Amino acid sequence: MTPVSALSAVIEEPWVRWSWVTQHTTAIWDATVEHVILTVLAVGIGLLIAAPLALLAWRSPRWREPILGFTGTLYVIPSLALFALLIPFLGLTILTAEVGLVSYTLLILVRNIVVGLDSVPPDVREAARGMGFSRTEQLLGVELPLALPAIMAGVRIATVTTIGLVTVTALIGEGGLGRLILQGLIDDFRTKLVVGAVLSVGLAILADVSLALLQRAVTPWARNRAA
Amino acid sequence: MSLFADVVRWFLDPAHYQGSTGVPTRVVEHLLMSGAALAAAALIALPVAVVLGHYRKGGAVAINVSNIGRAIPSFAILVLAVQLVGIGVRPAFLALLALGIPPILTNTYIGLAEVSPELREAARGLGMTGRQVLWRVELPLAAPLIMAGIRTSAVQVVATATLAAEVAWGGLGRFIIDGFSQQDNVQIFAGALLVAAVATLTERGLGMVQTAVTPAGMRSSKKGAGLQGSLGSRSGVKAA
Repeated sequence: MTPVSALSAVIEEPWVRWSWVTQHTTAIWDATVEHVILTVLAVGIGLLIAAPLALLAWRSPRWREPILGFTGTLYVIPSLALFALLIPFLGLTILTAEVGLVSYTLLILVRNIVVGLDSVPPDVREAARGMGFSRTEQLLGVELPLALPAIMAGVRIATVTTIGLVTVTALIGEGGLGRLILQGLIDDFRTKLVVGAVLSVGLAILADVSLALLQRAVTPWARNRAA
Repeated sequence: MSLFADVVRWFLDPAHYQGSTGVPTRVVEHLLMSGAALAAAALIALPVAVVLGHYRKGGAVAINVSNIGRAIPSFAILVLAVQLVGIGVRPAFLALLALGIPPILTNTYIGLAEVSPELREAARGLGMTGRQVLWRVELPLAAPLIMAGIRTSAVQVVATATLAAEVAWGGLGRFIIDGFSQQDNVQIFAGALLVAAVATLTERGLGMVQTAVTPAGMRSSKKGAGLQGSLGSRSGVKAA
């Protein structure tokens, strides 16, 4: 191919061939659903693991450094490398993808839960104790609700981040919309790439906005303050 | 376990340290590419953010660029870059450059814009010109946050440089991607260890620089260090 004809081929290929999109709505929908499932699983399991870790880090100063240090170290490892480290043990399975994705939610979630709980004013805590609240009642009835805005902010960041990282799992056989992006690269077919990328960004924005609305709904007392 | 023994053997094999596909070459490739992209990103983002932050203009743009950056998967940016400039070294550089800009831009803007008005006024009252306020007050106070942004960018750039092996570029990702296609778990694992080491050393190294550029009076007490320490950046990006 001469340079000129190569160039014209690039120019002629549109960014989106709508005929392909309309013929593949089922495949696109399936990829989107898979993307959502991979994300929800990761953030959900991440919360289940992060909550006790954060409580421990918050209650006991001795544990704070090691817990934040460990989750911080996990966070810095590039995703492809983390998946690669897991493959010899877990194979090319959804488990490898999820262990990696969950690992990355931990730092964000733990840090935000601890920051949220730390920000509860001491006099509020004292008032709760003065009203005869037990340690558990104080945590569930006073401290956690007050920490909710920070916790929800962490969930939002973790969710948006995970939606982006799910695309990388295409390289280890999962991927949701990332598989469309990868196929776009392999087949040199722009439409797949653009559809995968646009829907992934769309999912991230949708998740962020929905979680922001949820946060508003569950923290009515914080509405008048700046978010 | 035999995997670990094999990985140790892989690292001890002199053949893996020679030629254009050896460990030293790949490490240098990875660092040169990441360094070049980071430097270019800083050259673009720093002046823009310093001007915006000094005049406290365009805050919404400077802050939202990181939020948008977080929503766009770095893998998608990489593959998109291939569509624009073909495979190889150019899309890798272009994608890394694009990913490096948002954290530096956002952190630098916030660092300057959040210098307290009293301090700025005091500096003015001492007779400083706008330029002097910028160089002697705003920039020193913003330095830790600016450095945190550069650090976040660097970690992200190093991580995405790994993915760039998928678009026919070199770097340390080659060991992993080639390991995938050869179904060679030892090579995959060894490559992943190298990538993890380079990323961790980058983050730690720049963390030390961040501490060094923090004015002595601003160094936080050990108490809150755990929360600030790792990735004490306002943009908190993790996209690769």
